[in-house]
Amino acid sequence: MTAIMKREIASYFTSPLGYVFIAVFYGFSGLFLWLGCLKAGQSDMSVVFSMMFFIMLIMIPILTMRTMADDKRQKTDQLTLTSPVSLFGIVAGKFLAAFAVFFCGVLIMLIYAVFLAMAVKNSGGAFDWAVFWGNFTGMILMGGVFISLGIFISNLTENQMIAAVGAIGANLALCMFDLISGYIGSEAVKNVLNGLSVYYKYNEFTVGIFSLKNVVFFLSLIVIFNFLTMRFIERRRWS
Amino acid sequence: MIEVKELSKSYGGKLAVDHISFTANDGEILGFLGPNGAGKSTTMNIITGYLSCSGGAALINGVDVLEDPIGAKMNIGYLPEQPPLYQDMTVNEYLNFVYGLKRCKMPKRSHLGEIKALSQIEDVQNRVIRNLSKGYKQRVGLAQALVGNPNTLILDEPTVGLDPKQIIEIRSLIKKLGRNHTVILSSHILPEVQAVCDRIVVIDKGKLIANDTAENLSKNLSADHKLTVRIEGAEKDVKPILRQIPDMVEVRVLRETEMGVFEYELNAKEGADIRREVFKRMAARNMPILYMKGSELTLEEIFLKLTTGDFYGNVEDRGGEDE
Repeated sequence: MTAIMKREIASYFTSPLGYVFIAVFYGFSGLFLWLGCLKAGQSDMSVVFSMMFFIMLIMIPILTMRTMADDKRQKTDQLTLTSPVSLFGIVAGKFLAAFAVFFCGVLIMLIYAVFLAMAVKNSGGAFDWAVFWGNFTGMILMGGVFISLGIFISNLTENQMIAAVGAIGANLALCMFDLISGYIGSEAVKNVLNGLSVYYKYNEFTVGIFSLKNVVFFLSLIVIFNFLTMRFIERRRWS
Repeated sequence: MIEVKELSKSYGGKLAVDHISFTANDGEILGFLGPNGAGKSTTMNIITGYLSCSGGAALINGVDVLEDPIGAKMNIGYLPEQPPLYQDMTVNEYLNFVYGLKRCKMPKRSHLGEIKALSQIEDVQNRVIRNLSKGYKQRVGLAQALVGNPNTLILDEPTVGLDPKQIIEIRSLIKKLGRNHTVILSSHILPEVQAVCDRIVVIDKGKLIANDTAENLSKNLSADHKLTVRIEGAEKDVKPILRQIPDMVEVRVLRETEMGVFEYELNAKEGADIRREVFKRMAARNMPILYMKGSELTLEEIFLKLTTGDFYGNVEDRGGEDE
């Protein structure tokens, strides 16, 4: 697992992919920080986190598009799958590598927060760290879900482009549930759709609601998608 | 040791590998022959655990690949048809990655250094794999299979894309490795299999059709009772003498190879050995035999005979090929 993870991380930074991801992440978060906090004169970063959802939705599929697809195209999966590594090790290694790059991006939020907190302190106010940590956790979990889904989609094709577009589509679909639920009369169906919606739950984090229920929901999604990836690799061997 | 027992694999109802069984013993190089699409690569992919099988089992040193994949894979070095190289890494980075992937315990620097020397890739070790020539890529692929010193090596066409000098080097490397490894080698190049392998397994359309040494295969398939001879002397004198030999069925004149020297194809009864008799009778008449050859088959002919059933047509042409 560590060997695969190390290789994947290295490959993110030998190609421009890792740098591009981080640059876009920093660029847009900086823009949103300027618009939402500095210019508006408020220290609550929730607005930045809320906007970053859409950047993650588009950029994380770009980060994960090669993970499995490229292995299949270059036939390097013949190396990993015939080495003494478990399927779990392969998928976990790739997940953790993408997550590490994503985390490099997310860390910028912490730096923004420190500077905002200092600025707030200088003007005599208090920075609400509780809200920030809630947002921060939400973003990390959301990223984890998008990464595991992206790897799952990447495992379905040999073509990176299809993997990226497919994953963006899948991410959008995940967020569509509550959009659809708005048009549905039946309360029961509405509740189910809302219950499945990731966007709704992510927004609960950004408005400062930190519920264990949501954390468990996101973690289960990550586990489910990674598990499905493993099953689909196995299925290919048996077909 | 590799044991393959009643292995089969079906793709959507079509049997790509049909109940194949064979064994490769320790210190043996097993040649794996077959026409394109015979199921060679599929079989190798199953043995290495890349694909599953629909029936039967593959055992590496007694460990079933399906039941204990990690245990079995610990002992396998696999070079697939297309070397599994990460194009964006340097050779050193790649080998270090494989070293970690295979969870080697050997001292890293000396072990990898040894492998690089064996496969002769030291002069490209800091280059990015994408920029290497096909021959070097192939050798990096072979180096990858050697990492961790697994005792079974499975090599799918290891000399493809190499120049003649490199082919000879890789062959001698494989021969050397064969002394303390179990090697399965697939190849389209028949002389290569003949030069390197102790035993040959031929498969066709997913079925095992032969499993023996090259000599035995040749002996079993050859028609012992057929001889090609060149005798000095007028055709009209020689022919009747030959015809008088007991058990002789047919004498055919093929052509005149030199002035006054004719080539004959002698066809005796099945099981009869007429070589001595031919010699004695010709010697008695002072008609020198300049050439005598039984019909042992070359590997090409064995291969063709086994895979197409078309055999005698090729044998009849052999007189010409011998020149």
